[in-house]
Amino acid sequence: MLVLLVIILFYDAKDAVLQYRLDFLTTTVWDPVFEKFGAAHYIYGTLMTSLVALLLAAPIALGAALFLAEYAPRWVREPISYLIEMLAVIPSIIYGLWGFFVLAPFMRAYVEPFLRDVIGPVPIVGSLFSGPILGKDLLVGGVILAIMILPTIAAISREVILAVPETQREGMIALGATKWEMIVKAVLPYTRTGILGAVMLGLARAFGETMAVTMVIGNSSNEISPSLFTPGYTMASAIANQFTEADKEIYFSAVVAVALVLLLVSVVVNSLGRVLIWRMARGPLGLRI
Amino acid sequence: MEGETPLHTSERALQTGRLSRSVAGRLRMRYAIDRLMTGVIFACAASVVAILFFILAYIIIKGAPALNLDFFTNRPLPYGESGGGVAPAILGSLAMLGVASLIGVPVGIGSAIYLSEYGRGPFASLVRFTIDLIAGLPSIVVGVFVWALLVRQIIGQYNGLAGSVALAIIMVPIVSRTVEEVLRLVPDMLREAALALGVSRWKTILRVVLPTAKSGIITAVVLSTARAGGETAPLLLTALGNQFFSLDFSAPMAALPIQIYSYAVAPYDDWHTKAWGSALVLIIVIGVLSFLARQVVRGPTLGR
Repeated sequence: MLVLLVIILFYDAKDAVLQYRLDFLTTTVWDPVFEKFGAAHYIYGTLMTSLVALLLAAPIALGAALFLAEYAPRWVREPISYLIEMLAVIPSIIYGLWGFFVLAPFMRAYVEPFLRDVIGPVPIVGSLFSGPILGKDLLVGGVILAIMILPTIAAISREVILAVPETQREGMIALGATKWEMIVKAVLPYTRTGILGAVMLGLARAFGETMAVTMVIGNSSNEISPSLFTPGYTMASAIANQFTEADKEIYFSAVVAVALVLLLVSVVVNSLGRVLIWRMARGPLGLRI
Repeated sequence: MEGETPLHTSERALQTGRLSRSVAGRLRMRYAIDRLMTGVIFACAASVVAILFFILAYIIIKGAPALNLDFFTNRPLPYGESGGGVAPAILGSLAMLGVASLIGVPVGIGSAIYLSEYGRGPFASLVRFTIDLIAGLPSIVVGVFVWALLVRQIIGQYNGLAGSVALAIIMVPIVSRTVEEVLRLVPDMLREAALALGVSRWKTILRVVLPTAKSGIITAVVLSTARAGGETAPLLLTALGNQFFSLDFSAPMAALPIQIYSYAVAPYDDWHTKAWGSALVLIIVIGVLSFLARQVVRGPTLGR
């Protein structure tokens, strides 16, 4: 079935792929009237929002996973694991609704002015936080994605951490390490591959999320600007916004081509994540520190 | 690792003050870092829980006022008329989920039976890997696929059937993976006993293995329905949404997630309240389904 899916997408995207070739991936002009299609800014939007999401979500998710696996007593562990799973089953449209009415105004009123005033003046990094504040931009998209991929990363990391043999921990404690030293020196090295795999799966989810991001990212801009405060598009939100307008064959084909790029990227990231977790499950790579 | 951690020898030594100053200083430093990181980790867990409660509380507070009888029985009205509800959306969601289950569940269970009962060798690994990949596929890509195939090329307009097919594709990997896990839990003794009585392999699966795993299979179906019920992007591309009651699968159909989307992006306060109300309904349904599924998994039937 997957093969069929890829073939059909390839077939429909053929026109656009043949006509624009690599320009499709490198130019930012998306102009249906003149039949010029370049998806670079969509790809950029996807990458930036996912990157922001990862930077925010990965540490917090790892912390939560460590809490569940190492610190929490049983009666706390069960309900909190359940709550984290609950976070994973909330449909993306509800995150979108919440992001649209709660998160975006909050970011616009408090967080973004703060970031602009504090980090804005710093050279290089500052350019990420400059320009007018609209409240519907790449940063808000990244934050909502971070919330959505938290449970994915936390749940898998927890499994991976629980798989570390107890002897590893006992050995480290017996050497006089504190609990934190035990985690850093005995648990984390052992789980490195698995946690990386969990992060990859989270990343794959971030790439493909559509509705929540569509509602908070602004859906405009035809250029790549360094500031996270510019409204943008991701590949998924571009598809969701444009499919009704795709009247001409070549336009249709271009939209399908965006989906194809998204498909290939997420298949690669997903496979990578699974292979990493699988390798972790097979053997104690961490022993070769 | 549970309960009160006893004091380390070194910690006791620190308290008695029999250590040289530099050693004591380093020890204190290490304990300070340990306590600091414990705090950080607790904060991480707490923030995850806080986010969830924050979102849920918001939906309940904002959504509860929208719920009344009209909301569940009427169709959406144009702006300006008071009242109106989301009944066509609820109906449409249920109808499309029903058809999606009819397509997706047999395929999912079939592939699970293959993987757990017959699956050996490279082809089975390939099937398993493919199912994992489909599970990881962005739902919008599934939407584009069905849109390109069914909506653009075969039927020629947005329709409910395409929506069901998209949902079915999303359900298959969830059903398949969960059912495979459950079938593996069925003790081999049961299979061997049936085969020893001269029952054919197929009959064994049909009469012994599947009934034993029944509750787990129901769980899988419920879980996948809960997942598919909240999907928006693929439905938007295929079923499009509809303001009226319609069970015509060849025409655009309404669905609850699409209704939330169109209410939310509209500029009217009244519609925003309705969007929160619909979100509350959706999350209650999905929450209850997942909770039920979990209870069944915990039940004694799986013979833990």
